[in-house]
Amino acid sequence: MIKEKFSEGDSIFHRLDPRVKIIIALFFSVIVAVTDKYTSLSGGLFFAVGAVAVARLRTKEIISRLLVVNSFIFLLWLMLPFTFPGKNIYTLDSLSISQEGIKYALLITIKSNSIILAGIALLSTSSIFNLVHALRHLHFPDKLTQLFFFTYRYTQTIHSEYIRLNNAIKIRGFKAQTNFHTYRTYAYLVGMMLVRSYDRSKRVYNAMLCRGFKGKFWTLNHFVFKKSDLVTGTIMISGIIGLVLLP
Amino acid sequence: MKERENEAVIKIADLSFAYPSRDYVFKKFNFNFYKGERIGLVGPNGSGKTTLFHLIMGLLNPSEGKIEIFRKERKVENDFVKVRERIGLVFQDPDDQLFSPTVAEDIAFGPLNLRKNQQETKKILKETLEILGLSGFEDRITYNLSYGEKRLVSLATVWAMQPEILLLDEPTIWLDEETIEKIVQILNSYPHLSYIIISHDKKFLKETTNCIYLMDNGKIKKK
Repeated sequence: MIKEKFSEGDSIFHRLDPRVKIIIALFFSVIVAVTDKYTSLSGGLFFAVGAVAVARLRTKEIISRLLVVNSFIFLLWLMLPFTFPGKNIYTLDSLSISQEGIKYALLITIKSNSIILAGIALLSTSSIFNLVHALRHLHFPDKLTQLFFFTYRYTQTIHSEYIRLNNAIKIRGFKAQTNFHTYRTYAYLVGMMLVRSYDRSKRVYNAMLCRGFKGKFWTLNHFVFKKSDLVTGTIMISGIIGLVLLP
Repeated sequence: MKERENEAVIKIADLSFAYPSRDYVFKKFNFNFYKGERIGLVGPNGSGKTTLFHLIMGLLNPSEGKIEIFRKERKVENDFVKVRERIGLVFQDPDDQLFSPTVAEDIAFGPLNLRKNQQETKKILKETLEILGLSGFEDRITYNLSYGEKRLVSLATVWAMQPEILLLDEPTIWLDEETIEKIVQILNSYPHLSYIIISHDKKFLKETTNCIYLMDNGKIKKK
């Protein structure tokens, strides 16, 4: 079972209406993505870090998630400074490092980290199910909402098949080593995992059809838009607008 | 006899079905089910019992033959959408059936699909949980339930749709006697409910059904 670790908690963001959170996160992401002003961007990063602090999440978990994102960004740092045309500031053998390249890589780093942090603070503090419901309430297209939900749901299915198969090979004394037997066993495991998850997902879908599923999710618990949601939402949206207006 | 045949709610005539690259499961298969019947279905593994359920629900399509349910021929997916609103199938493996995070949401899934409103659904939810002795389970996480609880919740998810006919696929397998007794009592307290039960549990079938059909080699006959 993949745990939604951040969704359990009792901060302002955990209590905030998921619809409000989605709107704020979307608005923030768009603003940060299109701005190139360093003042606004550092303000944005500050905003995101502040949001994470308010959400009171475990720092260790957040860092491990950021590491995943930044490992991709690291690849950009390997490429951009050497390939982006601009003022040459340092020459390494036949490679030249451009100032614009570094600036560009830095921009991308700040932007993506800000958006990810804001996403963690705002979105992962809701359960996937609540987010799906919120998307529905915001009249997001049904197909996309379902795609989102089923991606999550079947990642779980694949994961639980993996655990089951892994246990099956473990109880028969399997130890991973550098040999052909190990590679073959892992190949079987991956193959079996995909086939079995595919079958199971089909059975789950059939079970849903049997219960009258016609491509639309209906929600049992409706969200109640509270006054505090309006207040928090307004403050945060104004804060984000404030970022744009920074000199 | 002729008259009674017209009353059949499920009427299967000359049906043939085979899984890809395998021999026929059914060849010219005939079966009638009447309202009010409570039948047990026995037969060796692989004799097509579960396949029959899936054909009735339209999850599988026959290569030949006619399926008539509620006096209407059912051919394409759209025909079966209506069938599924009135016939409830409980799968053998509860992990195939439960997919929502909480028990309440999983049980509400069916009634909401039937376009029951919020109040009605909550009422159905409460009643269903009471009937199946699951009160207090609303917010339990489905994947944290014990196997027996999962089975009961699976039954609840279908029960909540208030089907006219229940199709139960091995409802007692791997359950303890106490839970089986519970299911027996639930079924027997609804004498007007019709159902077909696939089971190898002779005692259970004796307590819940009034006639047994044997399936073997793609044929079905009354025992």
